[in-house]
Amino acid sequence: MAETLEGQQLSEALRKRRFRHPGEQLIVGLLVACATVSLLTTAAIVVALFGETVAFFRDVSLFEFFFGTKWQALIPPNEQFGIWPLVAGTANVVLWSMIFALPLGLAAAIYLSEYAHPRTRKILKPILEALAGVPTVVYAFFALTFVTEDVLRPVLGDDRVPFFNSLSASLMLAVMILPTIASVSEDAMANVPRELREGAYGLGATRLEVAFRVVVPAALSGIIAAVLLGISRVVGETMIVAVAAGSTPNLTLDPLATIQTMTGYMLQVGLGDAARGTINYTSLFAVGSTLFVFTFMLNVAAQLIVGRFREAYE
Amino acid sequence: MALTASEPVSLKATGAVARRQAVSRASRWVLLVATLLGVSVLVFLAYDTVRNGWNVLSWDFLTSYPSRRAAFAGLRSSVLGTAWVMVFTIVIAIPMAVATAVYIEEFAPKNWFTRLVRLNIANLAGVPSIIYGIVGLAVFVRMLGLGPSILAGALTLALMILPMTVIASSEAIRQVPPSIRDGSLALGATQWQTVWFHVLPGAMPGIMTGTILSIARAAGETAALIMIGAFAFIAFDNTSPFDDFTTVPIQIYNWTIRPGDAFRGNASAGIMVLMVAIVGMNLIAVLIRERFRRY
Repeated sequence: MAETLEGQQLSEALRKRRFRHPGEQLIVGLLVACATVSLLTTAAIVVALFGETVAFFRDVSLFEFFFGTKWQALIPPNEQFGIWPLVAGTANVVLWSMIFALPLGLAAAIYLSEYAHPRTRKILKPILEALAGVPTVVYAFFALTFVTEDVLRPVLGDDRVPFFNSLSASLMLAVMILPTIASVSEDAMANVPRELREGAYGLGATRLEVAFRVVVPAALSGIIAAVLLGISRVVGETMIVAVAAGSTPNLTLDPLATIQTMTGYMLQVGLGDAARGTINYTSLFAVGSTLFVFTFMLNVAAQLIVGRFREAYE
Repeated sequence: MALTASEPVSLKATGAVARRQAVSRASRWVLLVATLLGVSVLVFLAYDTVRNGWNVLSWDFLTSYPSRRAAFAGLRSSVLGTAWVMVFTIVIAIPMAVATAVYIEEFAPKNWFTRLVRLNIANLAGVPSIIYGIVGLAVFVRMLGLGPSILAGALTLALMILPMTVIASSEAIRQVPPSIRDGSLALGATQWQTVWFHVLPGAMPGIMTGTILSIARAAGETAALIMIGAFAFIAFDNTSPFDDFTTVPIQIYNWTIRPGDAFRGNASAGIMVLMVAIVGMNLIAVLIRERFRRY
């Protein structure tokens, strides 16, 4: 009896039956070399961050960095390098941007997935995703000029809103990550099996009840992944916070305070052209390493959650 | 319950059920408004930019060097700088990204190396651009001694867009049905001939779309380039990849952080130029996807 090969097996078998061609191995070698560049990039990131961070800790104690509550770089000779005010600055914009982006992003995802006519969805989704393509320096300009001067100050009062404040940056960050949250959550909702919805409709649930009590809980892991990806983008975003939130490290979650985030500090040093080997130069990499660890953990967590979620329904 | 002719039956819900249905009907509009809020921000920002920038935008604005006086400051050196950096970024990043995607989708054996490359690319895509900036500063600017040059900027941006271009190209290659490959292999083509003559042409629209979106991302990038030292006053036309440079987003940033309102019009006009370029690239990407998609 002749064995028949199907699909994957057939492809594999055909591929193994090599037709040698001069130069073909060379091409494959070139492709492998290109694929290796991505590994070298990671190696470069790790080595560059780690090397200068070690140099930084020759001058500054680990205890001061991780437990100090004052960040006062760039002002010699009384420099202090406690990371917490910068972490608090990042946490500040994460908190306030998520307060706006999460409800709006989820509402958009639910509307597009559960309510919208396919034609409406085909128009709305690309427009919403266009928000992700806007360069962040453009959002930075609007955070500083429009949000602070034309919205926050007239509404909340000139004396309560400093020129640089966390809220203006957070509002623009919320606009920036809206498409990430909406689009990833919507994908998760689209993967919820139709049977679940129809079961609920059959029992007399309304559209709203189906959306919030069936679809959202079923897609929860995907939604959490969307939120983690959104947070990761806010943590790594530089221009909006550097322009609009200020450059005063400040251990507070107050949305109307002038603050500085980790990325904001890095850009401030970058603008000043710090000489190699100085404490300012190495502090750049110490803060960079901290930032890298935060975003790496958020991305890995999001990947793990999405991976588990995919297994559940396929 | 017996039904009689004198009592017409209504299917209209009453009491609690009616309330639930009313709430559900109302929710459609609440959710629609929330969705449109994001879109309306986009429309409003576009309006505000045009209102502030329209009067500044002129041929002189595009062809003047930066200046301390707002009325004379223009985009000449930053447009040229962007063009130079983008050409080198594209030449460095795109062939490498497509080659990586071809390797992991078509040639790579299922072993630890392939898994590592895939996992690594997924993680690199999430690294913030400013990290690429300080790595570019440490490696290209300082270690290789390129200085804050066009080449150093292009290499930094190339590393930054490499992962997302690989991911987009991989997806496009995966969309090509296996039957195409099997047909080619069965007729005696080698694996590379199969990839070159059948898989890549089939995946080309998807690869182009992903590539253009990556290029748009690089064209709008500011933080990574400032970190390598590209925040400079450039009043000459670039002629070599080893020149110092500035780009349009950096020029916009420069005008944004000037105290007072004098340069606000310049920043808005700069944003108009940048957005026309980026929206244009996005449109082309969407058109290619819709027009040439085969699989």
